[in-house]
Amino acid sequence: MKKIKILGLITQFLKLPTVGPLIALLLACVFFYTQTDRFLDGNNLSLIVQQVMVVGTLAIGQTLIILTKGIDLSNGMIMAFAGITMTKLAVVSGIDPILATTIGISAGALFGFFNGALVTWVKLPPFIVTLGTLNIAFALTRIYSTQSIVNLPDFQIVLGNTFTFLNTKIAYGTIVMIALYFIVWYILSQTPIGRHIYALGDNSETARLTGIRTNRLLLLIYTIAGFFYGLAALLLVARTNVGDPQAGQTANLDSITAVVLGGTSLFGGRGSIIGTLIGALIVGVFRNGLQLMGVSSIYQVLITGILVIIAVTVDQFSRDSQS
Amino acid sequence: MKAKKSPVSKKSPSPAKKSNSRHESTPILSARKISKRFGHVTALADVDFDLYAGEVLAIIGDNGAGKSTLIKILSGAIQPDKGTIYLNQKEVSFHSPIAARKQGIETVYQDLAVAPALNIVDNLFLGREILKPGPLGTIFRMRDKSRMLKLATEYMRSLKIGVHSLEQEVATLSGGQRQAVAVCRSAAFAKHFIIMDEPTAALGLKEAAMVIDLIKKIREQGLSIVVISHNMPQVFEIADRIHIQRLGRRVGVISPKTYSMSDVVAFMTGSRKILT
Repeated sequence: MKKIKILGLITQFLKLPTVGPLIALLLACVFFYTQTDRFLDGNNLSLIVQQVMVVGTLAIGQTLIILTKGIDLSNGMIMAFAGITMTKLAVVSGIDPILATTIGISAGALFGFFNGALVTWVKLPPFIVTLGTLNIAFALTRIYSTQSIVNLPDFQIVLGNTFTFLNTKIAYGTIVMIALYFIVWYILSQTPIGRHIYALGDNSETARLTGIRTNRLLLLIYTIAGFFYGLAALLLVARTNVGDPQAGQTANLDSITAVVLGGTSLFGGRGSIIGTLIGALIVGVFRNGLQLMGVSSIYQVLITGILVIIAVTVDQFSRDSQS
Repeated sequence: MKAKKSPVSKKSPSPAKKSNSRHESTPILSARKISKRFGHVTALADVDFDLYAGEVLAIIGDNGAGKSTLIKILSGAIQPDKGTIYLNQKEVSFHSPIAARKQGIETVYQDLAVAPALNIVDNLFLGREILKPGPLGTIFRMRDKSRMLKLATEYMRSLKIGVHSLEQEVATLSGGQRQAVAVCRSAAFAKHFIIMDEPTAALGLKEAAMVIDLIKKIREQGLSIVVISHNMPQVFEIADRIHIQRLGRRVGVISPKTYSMSDVVAFMTGSRKILT
């Protein structure tokens, strides 16, 4: 009797959506710990988080959109546009750095709103809308500046600075990213609007008929996602100390990778934001660990690809077993 | 002697009779001369409709008879071109399903009733979540999960719907159980009546029987139910009165006790007229 209860608890634990990704992350950590001696060093772990903070922040917006059964291909380019806008305004146009940064982040939110408006009002498929926006943002970025912006004001690079805690250097930006994850986790899991987002992705007509204003909610989600891309731009600028018009070209796929590795279903309505953080960390751990092992970077790409296929397969199977 | 007595004693507490006596009172909802056209097609022409407290009213009719249009107007999903609706003798107009819901009118849609990825409690309270008391609720908008679970347990128990756990995903439930969750939600929040559009059409025999049972229990709790059904034996089992639509008009409202199924089919198809 007792044995059954324990087994039941274990199977219930294994069914939690974040457990699979978490186990994968831990296995990866154990593997690299046995293969390299520097992996578990506090500064190395902190560096991994620092390396994933930009894609990790983009992936928050991506998760929200994928939960609604959408997808966002444009987030990397929106980030590049927001980044070049805030840095060029501050450095070249001499606008107050805080104002310039605000304008840059708002540009991200505006792009998100544009995506959302086309998806909700014109009812275009998110894949096509964001493919279009990807090109628009890419072109606007290059039109606005072909050159990298350097000598950034302090305000725009402060998040890349580190402080020392328990002999570990931690970047302020990583704290920002983790705080954003916490806020979105709270909204998704604790508030009514969180339930509405899941319901919207699960069955939008049901959600509408129960009185949820689905169009307004969808528009809000795309806009907030754009706002997160703007914040990601600030983190990127702070981390690299440069406004780079070439930035973020593979960031869209990297963010989708993090979401999928984190167990969020591409079919909408299921998933968790903590899973996305774990997914982003999995990619970061593999990249860092393989680097420490001296493995050529092309293998990192290879392994990420294999992991994504495994994650989507698991998603598909769990859906099949349910219906 | 005994054999004669038992049907009588069985009949007296039957809800059908109880509600029949209520028919003498005024209707909780009535509609007068409702008309609706879609382009050049007349879906409803001067239709009257009355619903009394505590009754199950079935609406039947062939395809194109206007049943769906009629209940969509009553649930606020579409608006009539002409006619008036009275709720407890006060004139009302529902410009949306939400407006009707705010007045205590709930609708169970055939196959769009639940969100499978959410658990049962979340489905029951979807769009009507209860927040924690104090600043946690007002400022931080935190859902009161334990209170909703407690209330959900009460709702489900009062209708005797048995499931393994209220925190399991609706996706793990059978079709009948899903429909039961949808019906339970409506019953929990309805003040006046529930509209059901073919609640058993997609279900197997056993599951349909379960939903029929639920409808009876809800009537016992005092709510009225308007149900569209194509299933004649089912209509005769649950309905206190039958509203017959034909070609956009109400042919009549009859009691299943005074007419047979074949009579009703004849009225529905127009091969016979109701003698009044």
